[in-house]
Amino acid sequence: MDTRDLVVIGGGPAGLAAAISAYEQGCTDVVVLERDVQLGGILNQCIHNGFGLHTFKEELTGPEYAARYVDRARELGIACELGTMVVDVSTDRVVTAVSPQRGVFSIQAGAVILAMGCRERPRGALGIPGFRPAGIYSAGTAQRLVNIEGQMPGREVVILGSGDIGLIMARRMTLEGAHVACVAELMPYSGGLKRNIVQCLDDFGIPLLLSHTISRIEGKRRVEAVWVSEVGADLKPIPGTEVRYPCDTLLLSVGLLPENELSRAAGVELSAVTRGPVVNESLQTNIPGVFACGNVLHVHDLVDYVSQEAALAGECAARYVAGTMASAVREVPVVAQGGVRYTVPSCVSADRMDERLVVRFRVGNVYRDKYVSVYVGDDRIIHRKKRVMAPGEMEEVVIKKTDLTSRPDADRIVVTLEEE
Amino acid sequence: MAQERELTCINCPLGCAVLVQMDGDKILSISGNTCKRGETYARMEVTNPTRMVTTSVPVDGSDSERMVSVKTATAVPKDLIFGVMDALSGVRVTAPVSIGDVVLANVCDTGVDIVATRNA
Amino acid sequence: MVQGLYDVIVIGAGVSGCAIARELARYDARVCVVEKEEDVCCGTSKANSAIVHAGFDAQPGSLMAKLNVEGNRLMYEWAKELNFGVIPVGSLVVCVSEDERSGLDVLLERGRANGVPDLRIVERDELLQMEPHISDEAVAALYAPTGGIVDCFGLTIALAENAAANGAKFLFDAPVSSVCRDGDVWVVQAGDAELRTRAVVNAAGVYADDIHNMVAAPDHRLRIVARKGEYHLLDTTAGEYVHHTVFMLPSAMGKGVLVSPTVHGNLIVGPTAIDVDDKEATNTTAEGLAEVAAKCSLTVKDVPLHEAITSFAGLRAHQEAHDFVIGELAEAPCFFDCAAIESPGLTSAPAIGCMVSQQVAERLGLAKKPDGAFDPTRPGVVNLVIASFDEWDALCKQDPAYGNVICRCCRVSEAQIVDVIHRNPPATSLDAIKRRTGATMGRCQGGFCTPKIMGILERELGIRPQGITKAGKGSELLVDEGRA
Repeated sequence: MDTRDLVVIGGGPAGLAAAISAYEQGCTDVVVLERDVQLGGILNQCIHNGFGLHTFKEELTGPEYAARYVDRARELGIACELGTMVVDVSTDRVVTAVSPQRGVFSIQAGAVILAMGCRERPRGALGIPGFRPAGIYSAGTAQRLVNIEGQMPGREVVILGSGDIGLIMARRMTLEGAHVACVAELMPYSGGLKRNIVQCLDDFGIPLLLSHTISRIEGKRRVEAVWVSEVGADLKPIPGTEVRYPCDTLLLSVGLLPENELSRAAGVELSAVTRGPVVNESLQTNIPGVFACGNVLHVHDLVDYVSQEAALAGECAARYVAGTMASAVREVPVVAQGGVRYTVPSCVSADRMDERLVVRFRVGNVYRDKYVSVYVGDDRIIHRKKRVMAPGEMEEVVIKKTDLTSRPDADRIVVTLEEE
Repeated sequence: MAQERELTCINCPLGCAVLVQMDGDKILSISGNTCKRGETYARMEVTNPTRMVTTSVPVDGSDSERMVSVKTATAVPKDLIFGVMDALSGVRVTAPVSIGDVVLANVCDTGVDIVATRNA
Repeated sequence: MVQGLYDVIVIGAGVSGCAIARELARYDARVCVVEKEEDVCCGTSKANSAIVHAGFDAQPGSLMAKLNVEGNRLMYEWAKELNFGVIPVGSLVVCVSEDERSGLDVLLERGRANGVPDLRIVERDELLQMEPHISDEAVAALYAPTGGIVDCFGLTIALAENAAANGAKFLFDAPVSSVCRDGDVWVVQAGDAELRTRAVVNAAGVYADDIHNMVAAPDHRLRIVARKGEYHLLDTTAGEYVHHTVFMLPSAMGKGVLVSPTVHGNLIVGPTAIDVDDKEATNTTAEGLAEVAAKCSLTVKDVPLHEAITSFAGLRAHQEAHDFVIGELAEAPCFFDCAAIESPGLTSAPAIGCMVSQQVAERLGLAKKPDGAFDPTRPGVVNLVIASFDEWDALCKQDPAYGNVICRCCRVSEAQIVDVIHRNPPATSLDAIKRRTGATMGRCQGGFCTPKIMGILERELGIRPQGITKAGKGSELLVDEGRA
């Protein structure tokens, strides 16, 4: 069996940033296993701009952002096996993969970084009644068809869900000559960035129907129409409010789900909220030597944060491999409360953490003029007013090592929202 | 004659509804914004709104790609978005292509080039 | 289009039609199956509970009872030679109140009369051991170890492929518009083709009444009612929520809502039973899906419906007398009905194939092919989900395309997709590939693999992407010329 100090599963933005970071920390015996025939992951089809403002201080398109990391990985000579799909990870870190060139093969890894990304929630999961004709695509599938294959999946389009991919595809389809009749959003707020609502919908006069959903799909062979209904407080269609939109295509942008089949099979503990692994401050899962980062850990809003998080995972994995990871005398849980849906990480050890630790979280509703508060034990160490917070945007707080070391008796960290 | 323009500020998730009172090209007042960035944004949007245009064009002779993604090297006037798309219809490129290669120079006489955003 | 005289035209390439064609292929006969859709298994056969019924439901002495029990036995035998998926998980009919216990006894007696082996009543304690998620109300159940689950696509396709390999022809996109007598032969207008044949078998599913009524006497008309059944299909993560097929005690409108594992590892929950006028109405409804969600909790508690990956509806070919209608019409020589094949029609299919083929062969005086001329075996499609890593590696060494995973949710490689595209009958649409390989059936529902499968179809069939369909003409995946 092959052996490697570090195996990174996935060659998208998370996997590449993790591998580069680990390599730069001295963990050079690393291999990236990527199922596609090229590196870069989903960024390759995200041809719009808006990536990298935080990281590179310029607005790049998805392929350009990916290329920065691909070039760096090549420069360092990091081994990348393409067209290689990982099919199993064992609890003792044997990674089994398959490729046309090598068949099925296994690698005994010193450490593993999970960076498999996420996938789109499909129509079936929504239970929209009606037929199952051609012409129903998740927004990302349509994006691939238009941008990579150069094909047009629809001419007259309705979009369900105002996630960013849906908004981006509203503009993209319009630019390619399609007519987008509307974007229906179940919630009373959009899941996408304000900028995308203005530049992808408002610019083209595409209505955004908040608190609306698709209540019926017509057309046995190809979509012929969809029915859009207003929803009540229970998020169920209100009878009598439905409006029929003749169309040939329904695009879905109704959420992303971390792709954790491998993690689950490996025995990695998953969070019911994020559907990603439960990790500590080192982004290590419950299985020693198995780390996670990027959208497989929790769905991010900006790729810049994926890269940052992945760099930390790479660093920590390198430490684990080198045997320089401090052992934890004390670990305290991070508890999400009062409108905070989850935090990553979900436990912290002051012994292992760097001087500063970014704790990322999302809120469960739109909140205005609330305070983000962090308690270590009974002490409130952060209290910051936010004009607005929305479920579509990731939030973060920074905890300092001294916040913990100065409070040796604190048994938990609480991240919460407060009125004042 | 005074006109009003309603805008949504894109600088943060707050999405302030900004009202701009105008007399022809002259801005009379800007209201509804809750920070300075909102005013700057509104001023730009009513006087010279610009957008980046990103799309993809077919590539010939590439082993791996059917399409190459491209963008306007800088933002172009917003009302030229479809003009740029029209100018690009029928444009094909031949491999090899590298990020930054000019695919179409001076699109729509804007002085802005269309450049490749991926290698093929 | 097709010249010459056939011995038998089978109308309908569902599971009954394909089973009949496969059994007729044992004889020295020219057989053609005509189908209105683009592939086999496009009607009732593709959208049902996919259950191998033990045979305790049907009235003793009925055709249903006889063919169900015989079909059950043959199903497990045929699975070996035809390589389709069937698992004898056993079934439970759950009784949720002491008042209804007599219902179980009725079924037990009926099952014994029908010749169902090894039936017994299990009491709550044992039931709870067998099914930890069984309803708190459950008091006892009828356990039938010969009950099972089957890959309804795989079964139908295996029968069709084996029929084709033994000489039967298949004609797709060929809806039958007329069946007329011309001297000693029948003339069947199927799509553009005018086919002449000595005998006709009507296996047209919910449309069997239309075909029957083309030739039947005015006082002998048939009426088939489309009875809609809606289902939720849950992710494989919920696939072991129950280990047996769990039925409610049956009512006049069918067997009620069942909860069962599937051979693909999912959990199926359904169906409803609503008679509909439109025989194309395979749409789900908000009411139907809600009804299934509500009713499943009667037998199984806390079914994880939030893990649903899709929902679907199928139409059963119901007839008032509620028995299969099989046999030659007195007024139409050599015209055989195989109609009203509702549940347990899928289970009965092997027995139906034997029965109808014998009737036809006898009537036409067909001779069996010489020994060895009929090959009863059909190679299965490789299943990488159950293959060991060593077996998979060996496949990759044979053909590297086994190492190119196209559908990651259901672990389907390029090699399997290429295999089924070039079989006979061929898979030429996305759904046809799905039914044969499982690709697009998983939790992402084709999100990732659809463009990749389109690329393979384009290459293997030498067609333009614009010609690629989800399920035949009218279901094109792209709307117009692309730019590439």
